[in-house]
Amino acid sequence: MRGIRKSFGATHALRGVAISVMPGEVMALVGENGAGKSTLMKVLSGAHAPDDGSLSLDGEDYAPKNPLHARESGVAMIYQELSLAPHLSAMENILLGIEPSRRGLINWREMRSRATEALAAVGLEDIPPETPVNRLPIAQQQLVEIARAVALNCRVLVLDEPTSSLTAKDIEKLFALVRDLAAKDIAIIYISHFLEEVQAISQRFTVLRDGETVGEGLSQEAPEEEIIALMVGRNVEDLYPRNERAPGDIALEVDQLAGMLKPVSASLELRKREVLGIAGLVGAGRTEFLDTLFGLEPVASGTVTIGTYSGAAEPALRWSQGMGMVSEDRKTQGLALGLSIADNVTLPKLDGLGPGRLVFPSQQLNACDPWIEQIPIKCRSAHQPVSDLSGGNQQKVAIARLLHADVDILLLDEPTRGIDVGSKAQIYQLIDSLAQGDSKTGREPKAVLIVSSYIPELLGICDRIAVMCRGQLSDAKPVEDWDEHQLMATAIGQE
Amino acid sequence: MPKQYLTDAKRLALEPYQFHMPNPFFINFLKALKSKAWVNTAARFLALIIVFLFFAIFVEDGKFYSLRNLENIVRQSSVYATAALGMTFVIITAGIDLSVGSIIALAVVVVAWTLNIQIDGANGELAYLVHQHPFATPILACVLAIVAAISVGLLNGALIVRLKLVPFIVTLGTMGIIRGLAKGIANERDIYPPEETWIGALMDPTLTNKAKSWMIFPAGVWILIVCITIASFILKYTRFGRHVYAIGSNEETARLCGVPVGRTKLIVYGLTGFFCALAGFMQFSYIGGVGQPTTGIMYELFVIAAVIIGGASFSGGEGSILGTIVGALIITILYMGGQQMGWPKWVQEMVIGGIIILAVAVDRLRHRKLA
Repeated sequence: MRGIRKSFGATHALRGVAISVMPGEVMALVGENGAGKSTLMKVLSGAHAPDDGSLSLDGEDYAPKNPLHARESGVAMIYQELSLAPHLSAMENILLGIEPSRRGLINWREMRSRATEALAAVGLEDIPPETPVNRLPIAQQQLVEIARAVALNCRVLVLDEPTSSLTAKDIEKLFALVRDLAAKDIAIIYISHFLEEVQAISQRFTVLRDGETVGEGLSQEAPEEEIIALMVGRNVEDLYPRNERAPGDIALEVDQLAGMLKPVSASLELRKREVLGIAGLVGAGRTEFLDTLFGLEPVASGTVTIGTYSGAAEPALRWSQGMGMVSEDRKTQGLALGLSIADNVTLPKLDGLGPGRLVFPSQQLNACDPWIEQIPIKCRSAHQPVSDLSGGNQQKVAIARLLHADVDILLLDEPTRGIDVGSKAQIYQLIDSLAQGDSKTGREPKAVLIVSSYIPELLGICDRIAVMCRGQLSDAKPVEDWDEHQLMATAIGQE
Repeated sequence: MPKQYLTDAKRLALEPYQFHMPNPFFINFLKALKSKAWVNTAARFLALIIVFLFFAIFVEDGKFYSLRNLENIVRQSSVYATAALGMTFVIITAGIDLSVGSIIALAVVVVAWTLNIQIDGANGELAYLVHQHPFATPILACVLAIVAAISVGLLNGALIVRLKLVPFIVTLGTMGIIRGLAKGIANERDIYPPEETWIGALMDPTLTNKAKSWMIFPAGVWILIVCITIASFILKYTRFGRHVYAIGSNEETARLCGVPVGRTKLIVYGLTGFFCALAGFMQFSYIGGVGQPTTGIMYELFVIAAVIIGGASFSGGEGSILGTIVGALIITILYMGGQQMGWPKWVQEMVIGGIIILAVAVDRLRHRKLA
């Protein structure tokens, strides 16, 4: 791939990326969230056409028209979110779109034998090909996806953050399989931001930042710090501003909280003028913990105390108690994309925007404008639909909602996921100043609870960090007592 | 954004012949237009005018734009439009209500049934309630019909909210149940009230009737106009209205922001019941003051079509009352224009079906271009 450019509206997701991978090689593609890895892969798989640049495969020009074309050309992708049809059987999934058939009738016998072969190649020979994939554990579902790529006789296999929901044991198995596939002369692109994985599995690495290739090298030789510096592209201190602050009164107390499935048990104390981080793997129960705190999910046992209240709660009550939440997935959960910025920001607190129960659109705009200016949100006006904005600005809209509602306790679930570095820096700045309070404007210091999968970010902005592992929340320790390795080890339960 | 302006201008100056990229000014202009709701509505008015002009030109002797015919269009569209007010709320929440035709029939039958109640008269023989209390009985009829219709709406809402059933299925079910109920109340026959009342006169033409010409429009149309005003106001200027849009645009977000999702939906379906009762009164009058349990069949489809042509989206979060009214007028004009052109019924049906698809397709296309 050479000089690939791609932009969406005003956002330049890719501006001049060049990567190469040889048969039998594992090449790691690293970069922060939002660096353009996923977009690049979408170009490779034909989901997006590049605006500029060229791709070649086995020495020939390669211009995939759509994902099917890419698969037929031998380029297979394993996405972070699995793309299996959950109700169909393993074999139907493996041969989806390339079912052996004659005149539209499926040849089940051949289907079965080819699926069995592919399953064996990924070490799933004990699984009957008829098993519906939703009965399989996640790790095996992922292997079924890889089997799908194997059944295609793929030339290039792309794995996008394949370990994010796997246990350490499954990760080992996956690595063995990847090495196996590479030995069969398949070119493998391995996307990750876990540097240990990069060193464990790949021969070469390429670093992407802000949609550009900023460096490459041999994985075994490059020191970790160097790769991080390439990924971040600036000194860590600049990215994570932090004022000295001493925690104030207790704002939120959680005692042995358990939800229906997760969390199993979580206790913490959150103080004003404090940023408390929760680390952990995807699926450890962090999101469920916040949802339970906020009354979106039922409480099975344990208590949540805000001020003197520790009874049952639903979101409306939480907002009125001065608690607000930014949810993990802004597209499906956090924002009403079709509605305007003003509508999104003012939704939790519409009173005061007109007499009685009335809401005047002009007053919604007035209430919204100061936040657009302060945060700042890049937009034409507060009338603009949120769907027009870039990911970073969308996220700022979700945060502006909490500021409009003037909450004291902010629950932030992956607030910087998939947004550009510039927006990230602004959000970090904002979190810091919120926790700090402002004596000039009389803005009270806030209490911030932040869930993130990106460890450097937690280490950069939090005062204390707790780790969630299999629904169990560890004690919160001051950030000085943690480092990246410890956090990771605790997150995967190896401590 | 002055900065962007400069770089764009620079780029265009450097590469004068490369216009493969859409002109950003033009796109921005279109986007700016898109965010203005009145442009949407204006586009629909334009479509309405085109459809109207088509029939005005092609229906012979200018019959189509005679005052009498215009009044007929308004009278006919009132029934659809009134029911469509409620449907607009429902569709904005990303729901659907297939039972509106049946609720209209239920209201019609309940009105006729109440007007037909017999009681013991002064001399011991049976007498019609409406003869004994000529003022109170029609009011009672309306109240009963409204109560019945709202109950059905709330039932729909409760099943959808409490049992978490899909609106399509729930209202498909109640569509059958309520139609059956209406037929049961009427004993599967038309009910002929013994006396003409003001309910039956709601849609009386005012053009041909000297005594009523001061009203300009039939009473039912005035009811509709009041309802349009109130419904628009509710959608735009109340907390409830904002909640309706928020739920339709993203229910998860609404829940996250503390919107009472269940209660709002319940009210929305109840409201639809209420508007269907009003539509029922109009229909009762329009079909000549008869309690016909088979009336309003297929109306749900016309009503849904009116809302969709009016710019609402099945995926929720979009739609407006004014758009819906224009949609209802377009449907009615197509229907009546087709009749007056002498098109056979099957042609009419095909044309209306085609127009619905066309309208929605154009809308989607426009959305995608600007997304």
